[in-house]
Amino acid sequence: MTTGLLLSVIIVLMVAAFLYSRTRAVQLVAGNVKKLHSRPTYHGSFGALLIGFPLVVVMLFWMIAEPIYLNNIVHGQMPDTVNALTDSERGLIESQVRSIANGLTLLDAPERRQVSEGLVDTRALLAEKGVPLGSDVQRYMVAAADTYLERQGLSRTLRVGVLVLVALLAGFYLVRNLTPELRARNLVELAVRIALITASSIAILTTIGIVLSMLSETIRFFNMVPLSNFFLGTVWDPRFANVGSGTEVGQYGLIPLLWGTVLISLIALMVAVPIGLFAAIYMAEYASNRVRNTAKPLLEILAGIPTIVYGFFALVTVGPFFRDFGATLGLDVSARSALTAGVVMGIMIIPFISSLSDDIITSVPRAMREGSLGLGATKSETIRRVVLPAALPGIVGAILLAASRAIGETMIVVLAAGVAPNLTANPLEAVTTVTVKIVSQLTGDTEFTSPQTLVAFALGLTLFTMTLILNIYALYIVRKYREQYD
Amino acid sequence: MDASAQTMNTNRESTVVTNAPHIKMKGEKVNVFYGEKQALFDVDLEVPEHQVTALIGPSGCGKSTFLRCLNRMNDIIDICQVKGNITLDKTDIYDSSVDVVELRARVGMVFQKPNPFPKSIFENVAYGPKIHGLARNKTELEEIVVESLQKAGLFEEVKDRLEEPGTGLSGGQQQRLCIARAIAVSPEVILMDEPCSALDPIATAKVEELIDELRQNFTIVIVTHSMQQAARVSQRTAFFHLGMLVEEGVTDEIFTNPTDKRTQDYITGRFG
Repeated sequence: MTTGLLLSVIIVLMVAAFLYSRTRAVQLVAGNVKKLHSRPTYHGSFGALLIGFPLVVVMLFWMIAEPIYLNNIVHGQMPDTVNALTDSERGLIESQVRSIANGLTLLDAPERRQVSEGLVDTRALLAEKGVPLGSDVQRYMVAAADTYLERQGLSRTLRVGVLVLVALLAGFYLVRNLTPELRARNLVELAVRIALITASSIAILTTIGIVLSMLSETIRFFNMVPLSNFFLGTVWDPRFANVGSGTEVGQYGLIPLLWGTVLISLIALMVAVPIGLFAAIYMAEYASNRVRNTAKPLLEILAGIPTIVYGFFALVTVGPFFRDFGATLGLDVSARSALTAGVVMGIMIIPFISSLSDDIITSVPRAMREGSLGLGATKSETIRRVVLPAALPGIVGAILLAASRAIGETMIVVLAAGVAPNLTANPLEAVTTVTVKIVSQLTGDTEFTSPQTLVAFALGLTLFTMTLILNIYALYIVRKYREQYD
Repeated sequence: MDASAQTMNTNRESTVVTNAPHIKMKGEKVNVFYGEKQALFDVDLEVPEHQVTALIGPSGCGKSTFLRCLNRMNDIIDICQVKGNITLDKTDIYDSSVDVVELRARVGMVFQKPNPFPKSIFENVAYGPKIHGLARNKTELEEIVVESLQKAGLFEEVKDRLEEPGTGLSGGQQQRLCIARAIAVSPEVILMDEPCSALDPIATAKVEELIDELRQNFTIVIVTHSMQQAARVSQRTAFFHLGMLVEEGVTDEIFTNPTDKRTQDYITGRFG
């Protein structure tokens, strides 16, 4: 039976267990529901969980363990010639075996026999069935694929067996334990809690996983390139041409890239903070409800525009405008400049600042405003002296969140500021950022063993650390803010 | 009746009109609407100078609404509409020529829940004088702050920690801080919207004592749910019911000898 079908059966079993337990619970007390410890629905949910949970665990176990087991089988079938190859080449062959195995299931019996006797071109035959293969099929591959299929079948049969056994055990346990005194409500609540904890752990574990994977690649990079070259170097020149040719490792100065990121982000914030903040103040304090309810979603649409669209807005409209405008002033503005990227990125992050600040300003208690107005302060005095100071930590939090968004932005920079690393304080020149270089180091036909590609992980980890610190700082400020007037 | 008013009475026995104290604020035919809903119906009320006028009545009777009309705090609420005539020293405060900011500086307000700004104790009191430019230099500002805190009976308790946040004080201290903040602007009238409803009995007693002292310098209008409080602190009492002013007069009269049956029922605790 396929995994999908099994899952459907499990769901049907759970529904059945739910209905049975609920009805049975009512029967046990002869309809006098008050005698039950929990309401019948809880008994039902308990039954469904009792059946469903172990079955799903078995399924999950199989989903994880089966591929590992089968890979080992394939691995053991490989002839010595293959075992002598490098890890990556052997990996390719082994995955080819798995593809063949999948392809074989599509063939009918006579075709199958021809394949195992080596009478036909298996690669062509499988391609016909819609299974493209990377290289020609060897006899040992077909043999391994056959073993693979045989063991897979065995494993699937065993899985059904285990599932049936577990279902029977769980069902037996359910029938035995379904009493009026059963604390079904507490158990269901516990299950809910466990489910919620699982969900949040997945989010956290993913973050940890991402960091760890970056970390291991970064360590490999720093084994090849000294720390000082990366963190203190002022020249970015990874020398793609020299890959694998001798001792030259290139120069991986982080500083020009980091400077580009900082420069563009600062320009973006200089655009976004005043506009976003003033928009937020207008919406929170001055606008009527009708205007606010229309204007706020409209502003938030800005956040929904894909950044690549901002990118060509910068390339086609803003960049040439600045260049021509600069020319009339006698300034030499290149068509791609930090200024263009910063301004367009600023427009992009306006909604982050305005929307969050608006919520924060609105959440300042009305009593604060009334207290100030009641003393004869004007509206703008009240906003400047009472509302904004009270909201300031929250607004700073909003700005920092927007800043980490700006730091991570790539597309706008590629199109608007260029890809040339440049250590300059002049915003009218072309610069580039950390993220752009990550993309250019990882795209193209490169292997993941040279410092030229591994540097991308070091850059990524640096960037991640920076935005993480910004975010933690933002959260810290927001938390502090909560204590202000409660 | 306080002593000075009685002296006035004996001095000017010949005239009937002038034996009453000066009328500081006066509402005539005040109608208030929140959108379609009418909250106040033809309220006529006089607020005599240097006296405490208590507004009592069951919840939702419009007493707070009336109070907030007296310094136009209802302007903040978009859908609120005030009709009728309210005067401060015989000037219509809803006249287009009146500056609402100046009005609120003359008619200060203390709110139900203590609402100190998230600033230091000093800054809280200095806030009003600063925005109105009442102090020419730092020394004058400090004088105003200290004097206001003294008048609010809070100075002794906080004199060593003026730089600490006002939100760190106890509820009763916070409310006296708000009163200090209000009197720092030297208003003529102070409106108090249930100033003790969030306080414990000891803090309430302190605030009530303070209200009685403040009467020497200010005219006070207080909304209260507690009839004992009205009886203790006020000279005049007005009873509101369902948006109408049912009865108003000298506090002792209202409590001992109410003319309207609804007033009698309310003060004897039969409803509300």
